[in-house]
Amino acid sequence: MLKKRIIARIDIKNEFVIKGIHLEGLRKVGNPNDMAKFYYDEGIDEIFFMDAVAAYYDRNSLGEIISKATKSVFVPITVGGGIRTIDDIREALASGADKVAINTQAVRTPEIINKAARIFGSQCIVASIQAKKIAHDKWEAYIDNGREPAGLDVLQWAIKLEQLGAGEIMVTSVDQEGTKKGYDVALCSLLANSVSLPIIASGGAGTPQDISNLCRNSDVDAIAVASILHYNLSSIGAIKSLLHSEGFNIRL
Amino acid sequence: MSAPRIAIVDYDLGNVKSMINALSKVGAQPILTNSRKEILSADALVLPGVGAFSHGMQQLKKYNLIDVIHSFASTNKPFLGVCLGMQMMFDRSNEFGETEGLGLFSGDIKIIGVDLIKQQRLPHVGWNNICLPGNIKNWENTIFSEIQGNTDMYFVHSYAASPLLNTEILATTLYYDHAFCSAIMRGNIYGVQFHPEKSAEPGLLILKSLIDLA
Repeated sequence: MLKKRIIARIDIKNEFVIKGIHLEGLRKVGNPNDMAKFYYDEGIDEIFFMDAVAAYYDRNSLGEIISKATKSVFVPITVGGGIRTIDDIREALASGADKVAINTQAVRTPEIINKAARIFGSQCIVASIQAKKIAHDKWEAYIDNGREPAGLDVLQWAIKLEQLGAGEIMVTSVDQEGTKKGYDVALCSLLANSVSLPIIASGGAGTPQDISNLCRNSDVDAIAVASILHYNLSSIGAIKSLLHSEGFNIRL
Repeated sequence: MSAPRIAIVDYDLGNVKSMINALSKVGAQPILTNSRKEILSADALVLPGVGAFSHGMQQLKKYNLIDVIHSFASTNKPFLGVCLGMQMMFDRSNEFGETEGLGLFSGDIKIIGVDLIKQQRLPHVGWNNICLPGNIKNWENTIFSEIQGNTDMYFVHSYAASPLLNTEILATTLYYDHAFCSAIMRGNIYGVQFHPEKSAEPGLLILKSLIDLA
């Protein structure tokens, strides 16, 4: 049976891992390559490197970090942040990434998803959505790391991204991100029930129970975690054993 | 003894860097190449690949690689197809119209049957276990000799092989209620639908076994 994936999300600014709250107020927490290797040794299923400020300042500095990581980390690696052109994608893949995540540019020019899927295959295109709750069961998509409203309804946008040929959808709750107060379960559940692409939930895990709560109440395929690992609040082993003991399919 | 030279078929398709890194990690000397001479003189061959079947075959033709792959396959040196590389080892695929494959294994490539009404997802992305099929007792003396049955491997695909000969199936994997062929073998020719280069330590053990056969 297919397992639920636990993905370590490593946000990077310059050469450091950083972590903020609501994607803001960023502080340094470590070296990205050391952390990726550590999480790999601990049994992480996937690594997600995010250039946290690239979309905002229009630049991308991840190439060297990715290239180094792929020599010691043998699980899939996704790169996001500041991916704007087909050449950016080609460069990220050439440095060893398996997938790229695209948010801001997909909002500006949705056809980049379609074009990228045709050139590189849907399997390497992760559409990233930053969602902010605006009413009961209603969310708006944001760009530039949760800074700018995109004027798009998250559900409609997710359906559109599937039609455009994205291979997976990663949804980050801007409200929950970095708060360690748990996932926006209603948001994840809505998307998991509305599109047939694999859904990666992101933003809010503070305890392993937050993750099992999300899994019990929504059919997400993968769960991205950051603070909980970066601040040593728990471990990959503890998260996986809890999920396993509750009957979820997990790679141990 | 010098490191075994493993040729990785270079036909300008997908991420080969992970494969190069993984093979180096297990002590091989990987060579990314489309030269007939380099391929035929290598100790083992890896045919990687992601993306669409027809595009993959087109690229193999563009680089004049069909003949040399057949020549290598007839030497009985270890040869591994990965993901689309495995799929192209079969007779044909019906992805975007029918396309002829390399024909090293008999059978077709078809889309995995899922029930979209039940919210079953496609592509099949993530970690899933490979099982010993009923036709074989164990994985001794194969590239799976060092791994346990039911080990999780990393998959990402929507199409899968339907081999004509059950005896060539080396592993099966269950996706929802659909069991598909996740590895195939005849002599020293292997195909795996998952990505050993992305499947953590068990994946590296498979690549290590491949070079040990060389």
